[in-house]
Amino acid sequence: MSGIPHDHYEPQTGGQKWLHSRLPIVGLLYDTIMIPTPKNLNWMWIWGIVLTFCLALQIITGIVLVMHYTPHVDLAFASIEHIMRNVNGGHMIRYLHMNGASLFFLAVYLHIFRGLYYGSYKAPREITWIIGMLIYLMMMGTAFMGYVLPWGQMSFWGATVITGLFGAIPFIGESIQTWLLGGPAVDNATLNRFFSLHYLLPFVIAALVAVHIWAFHTTGNNNPTGVEVRRGSKAEAKKDTVPFWPYFVIKDLFALALLMVIFFAVVGFMPNYLGHPDNYIEADALVTPAHIVPEWYFLPFYAILRAFTADVWVVMFASWITGGIIDAKFFGVLAMFGAIAVMALAPWLDTSSVRSGRYRPMFKWWFALLVVDFIVLMWAGAMPAEPPYSTISLIGSAYWFAYFLVILPLLGVIEKPLPQPETIEDDFASHYPKASGEAGQTAPTPAE
Amino acid sequence: MLKKLAISAIAALTLSTGASMAAGAGGHIEDVDFSFEGPFGTFDQNQLQRGLKVYTQVCAACHGMKYVPLRTLGDDGGPHLPMDQVRAYSEQFEVFDEELDDFRPAKPTDHFPESMMETAPDLSLMAKARAGFHGPQGTGLAQLFKGMGGPEYIYSLLTGYTGEEKFEAGTAFYENTAFPGGWIAMAPPLYGEDVEFDDGHANTVESQSEDVAAFLMWAAEPKMMARQQAGLTGVIFLTVLTVLLYLTNKRIWAPIKGKKNV
Repeated sequence: MSGIPHDHYEPQTGGQKWLHSRLPIVGLLYDTIMIPTPKNLNWMWIWGIVLTFCLALQIITGIVLVMHYTPHVDLAFASIEHIMRNVNGGHMIRYLHMNGASLFFLAVYLHIFRGLYYGSYKAPREITWIIGMLIYLMMMGTAFMGYVLPWGQMSFWGATVITGLFGAIPFIGESIQTWLLGGPAVDNATLNRFFSLHYLLPFVIAALVAVHIWAFHTTGNNNPTGVEVRRGSKAEAKKDTVPFWPYFVIKDLFALALLMVIFFAVVGFMPNYLGHPDNYIEADALVTPAHIVPEWYFLPFYAILRAFTADVWVVMFASWITGGIIDAKFFGVLAMFGAIAVMALAPWLDTSSVRSGRYRPMFKWWFALLVVDFIVLMWAGAMPAEPPYSTISLIGSAYWFAYFLVILPLLGVIEKPLPQPETIEDDFASHYPKASGEAGQTAPTPAE
Repeated sequence: MLKKLAISAIAALTLSTGASMAAGAGGHIEDVDFSFEGPFGTFDQNQLQRGLKVYTQVCAACHGMKYVPLRTLGDDGGPHLPMDQVRAYSEQFEVFDEELDDFRPAKPTDHFPESMMETAPDLSLMAKARAGFHGPQGTGLAQLFKGMGGPEYIYSLLTGYTGEEKFEAGTAFYENTAFPGGWIAMAPPLYGEDVEFDDGHANTVESQSEDVAAFLMWAAEPKMMARQQAGLTGVIFLTVLTVLLYLTNKRIWAPIKGKKNV
């Protein structure tokens, strides 16, 4: 299914031919797993496998947890303690699921920033990028609703704050909020629908992942040079690529195993480090925690949400020009969703003809600043909304938007890119001098 | 009512007023070297049994532990009481039995009772719920490197009374260096020599506080030792798998990279 010329599956035996003429499923799997992959992919190309693994881990541990969990406001918290104390291995499964969410987001952020640096979002991979952004949004929704299920203090108040965002929409916001919650406040109806959706959305994500993979298998992978695989002939393509199996499967599995060592150390030795301790207090609608913070992976966008207060001139201007329809609260909500929207629009905002950041001397520095900005926003999101943190959040938010809306479009015009290698083979050969020429061709592929 | 609370909470957040203290912040927390800290830490069975005694004779007067089943007192990696002692211990509590429609002595299959006083919080998960001093500057480094968490908070709270008292709206408040805000409604529970240990172990305020803090950590995380064991096994096996995959990867790529076979 890839546009890169390669050997297709040929049914050999009678049985294979019989099946292939009726359902070419083996051929589909073969073409998927044997896709020609640029041989110069670096270690930032491992996150896709890690993410697929995370999705499987979350679905499997989640299904087991559901067998013991009770979605009712009076019983949910106790049923989690039941899982932690009475269910065989329940504490491990729950901690795997809890920390699995953190690994999932760590991997997705690295995956997204990989795409941003190497220009993976650029033509012809815009659809892959957009589907990826949809997956990311779904992940955020799923994680948020999952966090409500233990029915601890942060579950309850987090749900109250986040659903309150919809209440900020002018005129219809309050009705939408009531409709989402199933009542005037976060209660049993909310818990039940969040439980239902938390179970459903991962399967929607799985379907989107299939489309995501389909899309980039059609265009072929990007690679650290951003130079496309040569497609003139099979022989030419073979000089730039190796089949996904076994070369990248084994490489990615190695990276995954190494990550799993760290992951198991976290789950085994400090499973609550990334969680908020207040979630070990049962939800109480009458006691507001002094400081409501979301999980770490939402913090950068939470910082953006809180950055735009009523005394910021942009907010005042927006409020004045709309006759007060856009107030500070609604502006914050727009900014938060806008921060993701501008990222999704990156393929059309980036005007540079060069794909990879490796050959963009000015872009490199602005990108590095974006990474720092993301981390600073994450930290600022965890801090109280008061000076100096509110100012830091505002500067950080401003840079986030400036990067996508100003810097990316301008750089393409003013930047003078460095020379790019002619082919992927040249790039690979510059790293492995002995690999040039014959070595690549004589390498036996197990399929041959 | 709820809606108003919710709205004011959102307002407090988005309009960036007040709301400055993270849970547990503000008080002074002592670092205690508990036996269960670090990847190889274990609960000290004797300490848990001493802590259980302090809990039973002092804390349980007001507080409960409704999520902790009594039978787990006999579990491995916990106080590990013999089953007859667990049974005898359980019988001191009265529970309401719906089938009998009457109270009866508790059995090991029952849970610890709930709090006797409405204002006394349940202690089942306190050691995890009070682990929130992510200092310094919200980085969580104190937690990561010193192993500071809920048990340290409990120890600091129990030893943090200054002896000052004040009355507000008819309620007594006691000054405490660990409690956020500095004034707590709970009277100092420990004065030293509150509990006699059979083996003559020290029963100063500090010693008893440490013991009960350790016990409450077990109550909050009874499977900690099993979890660390599983974590260690996982890390070891996965390390082996990682090495094997590293070698496989190196070997597979060698011809592509023009290197001699490994």
